[in-house]
Amino acid sequence: MTLAEMQFLTPDLRPASAEIFILLMACVILILDLFVRDRKRTLTFVLTQLSLVGTAVVTFAVSTGEITYTFSNMFVGDLMGDLLKLLLYLTVIVVLFYSRGYILEREQMLRGEYYALALFATLGMMVMISANHLVTVYAGLELLSLSLYAMVAMNRDSVPATEAAMKYFVLGALASGVLLYGMSMIYGATGTLEITAIAERLYLGQADKGVLVFGLVFVVSGIAFKLGVVPFHMWIPDVYHGAPTAVTLFIATAPKLAAFAMMVRLLINGLIVLAKDWQDMLILLAVLSMAVGNIAAIAQTNLKRMLAYSAISHMGFMLLGVVTGVVGGDARFALNAYSSAMFYVITYVLTSAGAFGMILLLARGGLESDELDDFKGLNRRNPWLAGLMMMMMFSMAGIPFFVGFFAKFSVLQAVVAAGQLWLAIVAVAFSLIGCFYYLRVVKLMYFDPPATTSPVEAPLDMKLLLSANGLAIALLGVFPQALMSLCAFSLLRSL
Amino acid sequence: MSGTPLLSLAIWVPILAGLVVLATGSDRNAPLARMLSLLGAVAGLLVTIPLYTGFDVHTPAMQFVELRSWIPRFNVNYHLGVDGISMPFVILNSFITVTVVLAGWQVIESKVAQYNAGFLIMSGLMNGIFSALDGVLFYVFFEASLIPLYLIIGVWGGPNRVYAAFKFFLFTLFGSLLFLIALLYLFLASGGSFSILDWHQMPLALNAQVWLFLAFLIAFAVKVPMWPVHTWLPDAHVEAPTGGSIVLAAIALKLGAYGFLRFSLPITPDASHELAGLVIALSLIAIIYIGFVALVQDDMKKLVAYSSIAHMGFVTLGFFIFSAMGIEGALVQMISHGFVSGAMFFSIGVMYDRAHSRQIADYGGVVNTMPKFAAFFMLFAMANAGLPATSGFVGEFMVILASVKHNFWIAFAAATTMIVGAAYTLWMYKRVVFGAVANHHVAELTDINAREFLIFVLFAIGALGMGLYPQPFTEVMHSSVNELLHHVALSKIQ
Repeated sequence: MTLAEMQFLTPDLRPASAEIFILLMACVILILDLFVRDRKRTLTFVLTQLSLVGTAVVTFAVSTGEITYTFSNMFVGDLMGDLLKLLLYLTVIVVLFYSRGYILEREQMLRGEYYALALFATLGMMVMISANHLVTVYAGLELLSLSLYAMVAMNRDSVPATEAAMKYFVLGALASGVLLYGMSMIYGATGTLEITAIAERLYLGQADKGVLVFGLVFVVSGIAFKLGVVPFHMWIPDVYHGAPTAVTLFIATAPKLAAFAMMVRLLINGLIVLAKDWQDMLILLAVLSMAVGNIAAIAQTNLKRMLAYSAISHMGFMLLGVVTGVVGGDARFALNAYSSAMFYVITYVLTSAGAFGMILLLARGGLESDELDDFKGLNRRNPWLAGLMMMMMFSMAGIPFFVGFFAKFSVLQAVVAAGQLWLAIVAVAFSLIGCFYYLRVVKLMYFDPPATTSPVEAPLDMKLLLSANGLAIALLGVFPQALMSLCAFSLLRSL
Repeated sequence: MSGTPLLSLAIWVPILAGLVVLATGSDRNAPLARMLSLLGAVAGLLVTIPLYTGFDVHTPAMQFVELRSWIPRFNVNYHLGVDGISMPFVILNSFITVTVVLAGWQVIESKVAQYNAGFLIMSGLMNGIFSALDGVLFYVFFEASLIPLYLIIGVWGGPNRVYAAFKFFLFTLFGSLLFLIALLYLFLASGGSFSILDWHQMPLALNAQVWLFLAFLIAFAVKVPMWPVHTWLPDAHVEAPTGGSIVLAAIALKLGAYGFLRFSLPITPDASHELAGLVIALSLIAIIYIGFVALVQDDMKKLVAYSSIAHMGFVTLGFFIFSAMGIEGALVQMISHGFVSGAMFFSIGVMYDRAHSRQIADYGGVVNTMPKFAAFFMLFAMANAGLPATSGFVGEFMVILASVKHNFWIAFAAATTMIVGAAYTLWMYKRVVFGAVANHHVAELTDINAREFLIFVLFAIGALGMGLYPQPFTEVMHSSVNELLHHVALSKIQ
């Protein structure tokens, strides 16, 4: 091939401009931070937040609502991706606000790298959300994971944090390997790495089913690891518990959105023809997750660990929406089911952010406040904060008028519509068990006398943001329609 | 007045008042919080009065209907309306809220604002349950009302309050989760409607009806509560503060019974006929067995709690003999029980506030130190035993009369309550009130003050008024009950 024959087409950069922008900003912040003398790194913090706002503006500006492919079909821009990305930026902005006070009290985390890593992790998640190619999925996933490993280990004198980072890294690397192995099988069976092309070839029946299903098992395992569902959940309690709370907050929120998107891209966009196979696998994982998550959470004395098990059970519940899309080869209910899962994951992220935010708010003077007993008598120390935490707990338990109820409601509705009544009964049975430990948190805050009578001190901006977070949970619980139809609409335009 | 959204007001006035009360914050503003709560409760009662005065007794249709789209994605509507069955309960509930706020006036001294706000919000939610005509709306109110009661029992309750609060919450949630699945199934079966009125008209196979009936039964039986899922009630009653007990007995128990009339009977009529024997058997067990259980209680609150279960047995019995007299009798019994059990718990509360004991053995000769109280207590004890001229008599008599027509032996078994009920109530009354002054605690008792007198008068008007002249109550029910029976008689199997 001569030089003249090589055609170099400039890819259309528009759909990826938000990713490019945030990458540039992350590099700029990394360099600028070298010159920041201020111990508090206020400039870095402000710049990071502004970059995220800027990225949101870019995403909003270039969003066409149409499905557009670029970089030789490796990258896709669509409405679902745009919606998830906007929510992702919002989550990261909120997370960084919540973490600010916590980081200021910890010398080793008070570095520019923290913010740069957060931005790189965000970039990784954006790539995952927009991936239309197995390699793109993998690249995004690794960028996210490597940033998170470093963030967990950042407080490097803390033994639990180092241990958590080590566990997360080893297990995460294993999961990445498993996922890659599955991808290679799928490549072997279909001869392409492009997700839409895989779907096309499967549809035309040009693939070896045996190899495919073999590969599918590994892909599902990889996704399950990222979502943190049983039996790939081992890392969740240890990492949530061991990591600095600010990082736990990060891990517990934004990556759930990205993992959901990854699942949609791989399983629904790519392997929908095999829906029967992966649905059966995921049903098992979902039921196991609800069982293990809800039962193990009861035994916890540490709130972070309890919320970790609760996260496992919530992801299991969310999967119920994903497994009920295709019933006996009929995809009539698919949109309904997938949008209910999307609604579930978004509202879970909102609630989870608030709950971990509360732990951060109570942690003062370099001490953690993550034991359940630290919440004793909170109602007497600060009724407003106790009220907010109560709303979050009831929302997670799925009690109306909080948004968690409608999340569970819409998923259950999809399950019943798919004719799987027994699955719905199992789901509500485990929610009932789960209700117990959320009630226990309310009990500690309201029924028990406080261990200390010192009033809760927290910066006003954080209190305001947390209040907004809590009120959003209540408000969405009364008016869930807008977000529900937004999810349905964006999926309708993207699938 | 026709344009005023009366039912919305009945729901949201107390809830908003509750939020305002909550905003008064710490106990330094307790007097203000109390005044605002009373204002809110009275306003909540006043907005429900036009529901009675403007009620058309000749139509079985829903009245004061409000219909707005709420969640169009699932065709969920903000659909409110009352008929002759539900309207009295909205008023009863708003009335009970006033008495509860008054009952806690001097007694509750810590976290006054939260206490009163809890009751006001709960009152609004309960009104929502009674007036919801949309399945999801009903469910949302039904479950949300657990939160305030959980907090009220847990924060202001007795020594074993944590256990009682958890048991109450988890028991009732257990029932309602299956109910949720039943609602989703109906949504699917009706082709995408959550309207309870649509479900009333929808044909259903017997098999589906039986499963739905059982799901409803579990949800409502826990709430009523029926034997054998009644065990949460005595615990909740014993530990709850007086106000909590009043609301629990007067209103919360009625929700389950109301659910039978709104869901079980009209949506699954064939299954209701098929399984009526089961419900009647459970009701009779509640009436007879629980009556004897009440007889041996040492704790006055427990005694009244068990007597509540026995009385609610009458209500479910009345529903499932499928006659107008039976259902109306059951409805009268429900309202009457609201007044009488509320008053009984208040009486026990009055004694507890002074002597800090609910044990029957700790009292004796109360009449010597509290004559005015003893007179009122006498009245309500008699009403609880079902003495003619009190409201307790009317409902029980109607149900027994209706069951005689249905089956003599059922009526015979039910009628034993006249004896057992009189035995446990009056025996308790005798041990507590009569005789010589038992100990120095009783000797130091002071008679009721003006506030307590007022509350007793309010309850007494209800109990005596219904007993002497039940017509205004039964009159509004007639056409709705007849329509319901007419509907239940039609098979839905196609």
